[in-house]
Amino acid sequence: MSGRKIGDVILDLQNISLRFGGVKALTNISFDVREHEVRAIIGPNGAGKSSMLNVINGVYHPQEGRINFHGEERRRMESHMAARQGIARTFQNIALFKGMTVLDNIMTGRLTKMKANFLEQAIRFGRAGREELAHRRKVEEVIDFLEIQHIRKTPVGRLPYGLQKRVELARALAAEPTMLLLDEPMAGMNVEEKQDMCRFILDVNDQFGTTIVLIEHDMGVVMDISDRVVVLDYGKKIGDGTPDVVRNNPEVIAAYLGVAH
Amino acid sequence: MFYREAGQFKTSYAADQQIFPITQDRIGVLLILAIAFIAVPALSNEYWIKAILIPFLIFSLAALGLNILTGYAGQLSLGSAAFMAVGAFASYNFMLRIDGMPILLAFVLGGLAAAAVGIAFGLPSLRIKGFYLAVATLAAQFFIVWALTKFGWFSNYSSSGVITAQEIEIFGFRFLSPESKYLLVLSIVVLLALAAKNMVRSSVGRAWMAVRDMDVAAEVIGIKIMQTKLLAFAVSSFYCGVAGALYAYAYIGTVEPEGFNLDLSFKILFMIIIGGVGSIVGAFLGAAFIVLLPIGLDVLVQGWLVGIVPPSISSNLQLIVFGGLIIFFLIVEPHGLARLWQIAKEKLRLWPFPH
Amino acid sequence: MQFFIEVLIGGLLSGVMYSFVALGFVLIYKASGVFNFAQGAMVFAAALTFVGIQEKGAPFWLALLLAFGVMVLLGVLTERIVLRPLVNQPPITLFMATIGLAYVIEGLAQGVWGASVRGLELGIQDEPLEWLMATANISVSKFDLFGAGIAALLVTLLALFFQYTRIGRALRAVADDHQAALSIGIPLQNIWRIVWAVAGFVALVAGLIWGARNGVSFSLTFTALKALPVLILGGFTSIPGAIVGGLIIGSTEKLAEVYLGEYVGGGIDSWFPYVMALAFLLIRPEGLFGEKHIDRV
Repeated sequence: MSGRKIGDVILDLQNISLRFGGVKALTNISFDVREHEVRAIIGPNGAGKSSMLNVINGVYHPQEGRINFHGEERRRMESHMAARQGIARTFQNIALFKGMTVLDNIMTGRLTKMKANFLEQAIRFGRAGREELAHRRKVEEVIDFLEIQHIRKTPVGRLPYGLQKRVELARALAAEPTMLLLDEPMAGMNVEEKQDMCRFILDVNDQFGTTIVLIEHDMGVVMDISDRVVVLDYGKKIGDGTPDVVRNNPEVIAAYLGVAH
Repeated sequence: MFYREAGQFKTSYAADQQIFPITQDRIGVLLILAIAFIAVPALSNEYWIKAILIPFLIFSLAALGLNILTGYAGQLSLGSAAFMAVGAFASYNFMLRIDGMPILLAFVLGGLAAAAVGIAFGLPSLRIKGFYLAVATLAAQFFIVWALTKFGWFSNYSSSGVITAQEIEIFGFRFLSPESKYLLVLSIVVLLALAAKNMVRSSVGRAWMAVRDMDVAAEVIGIKIMQTKLLAFAVSSFYCGVAGALYAYAYIGTVEPEGFNLDLSFKILFMIIIGGVGSIVGAFLGAAFIVLLPIGLDVLVQGWLVGIVPPSISSNLQLIVFGGLIIFFLIVEPHGLARLWQIAKEKLRLWPFPH
Repeated sequence: MQFFIEVLIGGLLSGVMYSFVALGFVLIYKASGVFNFAQGAMVFAAALTFVGIQEKGAPFWLALLLAFGVMVLLGVLTERIVLRPLVNQPPITLFMATIGLAYVIEGLAQGVWGASVRGLELGIQDEPLEWLMATANISVSKFDLFGAGIAALLVTLLALFFQYTRIGRALRAVADDHQAALSIGIPLQNIWRIVWAVAGFVALVAGLIWGARNGVSFSLTFTALKALPVLILGGFTSIPGAIVGGLIIGSTEKLAEVYLGEYVGGGIDSWFPYVMALAFLLIRPEGLFGEKHIDRV
């Protein structure tokens, strides 16, 4: 539960349907996300959760439905527009830039805020140099926040899985997003790492007021930290509400545990 | 032992961001520059300057260009020689047709012309990737060479498209001697190398590497893929174009479009593979290697193997050794000489201790 | 009109020749995922070896056999020295390795056999087919038809091989995913040796036909580069695609040279196939028969 006051709806998805050829990934999904809340999306494997996130930040374009973000209504989002409007995300299979160091990866998160053009950067003197320094300071704040100072010069490809996930989160945070989309941020982690990640996510929500939309399989985590939960199964929405409401929803139970015949 | 970073802590981000944060590196580079600018022209003989150092510098510049496009931005190009040709011929035409055109400006304009052509042939990269793109760059290579030969206007209607570069004259000083040409080329290359280094360690360089490593994620962060890729093509072609202009004006003197053929494009590609893709220093190391190798082989064949193998084997030996080295480097050290140099430096930190 | 047909048929048949080289590419790509830039060099080396052995006095069939043996040896060596150490590297690395390989093969072939241009006799003359000439007044070379016939035979054999034999299935598995194929027990190295040997055989056939047509010289490696646009049109993994792609490239190249070439002074064929392939890629990045590649995020 977050200590912040939950605000108005900032993201409203209406009747979203997504198909890949003959396969229906999402069918007629509608739900909303309020400012400052922690919204979880849960469901069995293949339910369409990642696809839902991809629709929100424009990696996939739905065939039907509307997306209303910050009052603007659209048929679809474009990924770089989403980035510039304050949506950042992490991916299920880590999408870090394997050829760069941790520091450089996180610095790419600041790209949308950099004004100097390439010629200024080629000369470096003046605006470009100052900008680079200013953004470096901001990135170091994120590095401090996520406690990854010791690996900032390490090439990302050499890091263990848990640390890579943290770096990916750092990159998303460096963009100072208003909404953070996290796709299974704790997948493949042990208990300690999960606790750390939970703490970071709650801190982000607490300290910066960032709205969080999170896909997660660990029910304990979901029930603990989310304000509201959406449940998907086979591309359809089968539950929507606070964790308690959802926990007792017979359809949700059936989807996860199966129905007795 | 003499190469220690210990005790060199940075107390500001500015200090950490320097190009050469380690004092020994900085001294080393200043030393190299001093030797290059002062000692070499004073002490070298003409052969070394004309036949080795000048082409080394020019090819380093072309390799830098290709490295930006292929090494940093991940767009494979087999057409770098064609962009050199554009630079050479464009500079020539600017000098020829505009009275009083300053030669340095002609070089810049030649580079810009190459950049424009580069953008045009880079447009397919928005849809095509990997070796499909390589084939598209082949289209650029063949088409450009054909166009420069066929349309006589480019070469002032000389037969088979041959042009003779005009004399270099800046503020009345005529660059006739090899030493003067060398210093001019050296200055230009050092400046452009510095600019390249600055670009790749800034956000434009990071954007290029992001597009190279995972363009879907790059887009999600807000990088405009199209602009990033086209910028890479433009900058890379600019560098190749200036290299081409220098090739014509400060090195060979008389060039024809056929001289900028596929073989040369491959040579430049080999330079960045051997030198190290994605590395500024690598461009120089690779160029040095490729320039010195044929000479080394010649010495080998003419000197030590004389009587054992016929001299005609030299050119074939070159092919075999080039090819073999490419394969060798790709297997053993895909990051080329630059990485080997880094490893050597790390070993030097501990030497003579084993760990 | 009949001039047009002559040019068209001439183009189609020369396109068949491009397909020969493209076939070798497709084989290797299908089975090992490697884009073998050295295919052209292999064609050149095969033809040169054949002619070289013939010059030493060997009869046709012996020279053929020996040349094939050399190509097989080349394939085995390539697998051992180039492919095996690079087995899990990204495709672009393997591609660049084959560029290096091309240089090595060219250097070796010329070093052993010398660089002078030679002719190659296959017994079929490059003369117009008489009855076609007599009945429709269209001039089509007997040799070109012979080449087309060989191509058809080769393609049929290869298609059957891939579809219906155990080895063919194994090859397709390997092309899809090396690791997975290894983990179900497919002997990767044997498979690759077989494939490169077959590609070597195709290169030999291509070399013989091309060599008889245009003479055996270093320029053979450049004509082999033309196979790349063929592959782009036909897709990298399709044998029928290689043929169709070759036909299209061959015919359009000839037609463009004849009908458009006069406006710009000729020589269009040096770049036209590439620009065509480029234009095609913009519309359909996978080629006519290729498989669409879907990235999972």
